[in-house]
Amino acid sequence: MTLSGAAGAVVQVAAVAAGSPMLVGWMRQVRARLEGRAGAGALQPYRELRKLAGKQDVTPEGTTAVFSLAPALVAGVMLVCAAVVPTVTVASPLDSIADLFVVVGLLLVATVALVLAALDTGTPFGGIGASRETTIAALVEPAILVAVYSLSIRASSSNLAAIVRATERRPGDVLTPAGALAFAALVVVIVAETGRLPVDNPATHLELTMVHEAMVLEYSGSRLAILEWAAAMRLAVLVGLLANLYLPAGVAGPRSGPVGIVLGVLAIAAKVAVLAGALAAAEVFVAKLRLFRVPELLAGSYLLGLLAVTAAYFLGPRRA
Amino acid sequence: MGLLSTILRLGRIAEPAAAPPVRSHVDVGSRTSLHVRHVDAGSCNGCEVELSGCFSPVYDAEQYGIRLVASPRHADALLVTGVVTRNLSDALLATVEATPRPRAVVAVGDCACDGGGLLGAYGVLGPVRAVVAPDVEIPGCPPHPSAIIAALRSVTGR
Repeated sequence: MTLSGAAGAVVQVAAVAAGSPMLVGWMRQVRARLEGRAGAGALQPYRELRKLAGKQDVTPEGTTAVFSLAPALVAGVMLVCAAVVPTVTVASPLDSIADLFVVVGLLLVATVALVLAALDTGTPFGGIGASRETTIAALVEPAILVAVYSLSIRASSSNLAAIVRATERRPGDVLTPAGALAFAALVVVIVAETGRLPVDNPATHLELTMVHEAMVLEYSGSRLAILEWAAAMRLAVLVGLLANLYLPAGVAGPRSGPVGIVLGVLAIAAKVAVLAGALAAAEVFVAKLRLFRVPELLAGSYLLGLLAVTAAYFLGPRRA
Repeated sequence: MGLLSTILRLGRIAEPAAAPPVRSHVDVGSRTSLHVRHVDAGSCNGCEVELSGCFSPVYDAEQYGIRLVASPRHADALLVTGVVTRNLSDALLATVEATPRPRAVVAVGDCACDGGGLLGAYGVLGPVRAVVAPDVEIPGCPPHPSAIIAALRSVTGR
């Protein structure tokens, strides 16, 4: 652990926490423009969060501590993820726990907290959303593990920072069949994990088609603001991880000074903006999948991940 | 790629934004964002057609920070359409109670404002004010999307 690494980690958490609402606003703006609309501007999520923070917290009758504590837990888990996942720096002091399995486990903790909170409200839509989210999570987690595992083979480590560093040393290594297969698998998994089209529609008003939205229907005021912020952080962390796994250029290292860290923030912001813009643009062309087709999509993603692992062993670059 | 060429050909469909309106006395806790929940208290669906027009690319209410949300707990304002029928008066009251303060109730259309000639029918309780006092009333049968958007913009002043 170095001082630069610690400073980088602090900046990294601050950047994800402060920048993630803008990412959501940017994706909405890209969609709006492609649909011929003017859009509310990329800063609109900040205005919405500020408004929600000043609203009354309506606590539904019969709910317990599970309901009131879930938003804080979800946001806390996402902040830990933001510290662990190498977006700005690869030299975070939490590097030793920045393991692929830890991150997937942390994401699952947040999902389970939200599922329990949705069940706690006792409403039918909360239950529907919870059961759907559990189904999707059970299929997403193995797919994400297998896909990142295929990338970890050439780094000989499941540590995310080590994988990013290995790619930084030899950027050409991701342009292999294994890298391409894993990329396709990861895109599908990230789309499912962050609840975007074609798995879930974040802009829907129809309760019967909801997944993530159905679980937060009963939240209001500051708790809803925290949940929306946490969802934005989940999106930022996962898109940032995908960007750095494949194009780590600009990421700060253990010896980077303040300039290196600032450059790291700018680099990840640019990469995430391009990747998220492409995701939002692709969403204009797809419709939401029928719920019973989603497992087929995720099974396809798992298969791609599995092929990527096989390809990484048999077709990967030889190391002495 | 038919859709792509359509996007490129049409470009921006939304009409240019009108000047921001004078802000009314109604306070929903924000001057830049208004999340609305639609409640159909017994409407003929004429107002609903115009409401969906508000969020179409042509009128694009979202550019003024107005969004439709799925739950009254996420909303700042309730858009009530139609006369309040006996069957839906309790549901309307419960929805108002579920909306966090500060909140606004908007009566959309002649039926919601003054009954629209349906008063006295056996299933009709009355206009919205028979159950809860509306903060904003939008007359018209049905009201034009631009009238609905102008009224909603007056709440935030954006």
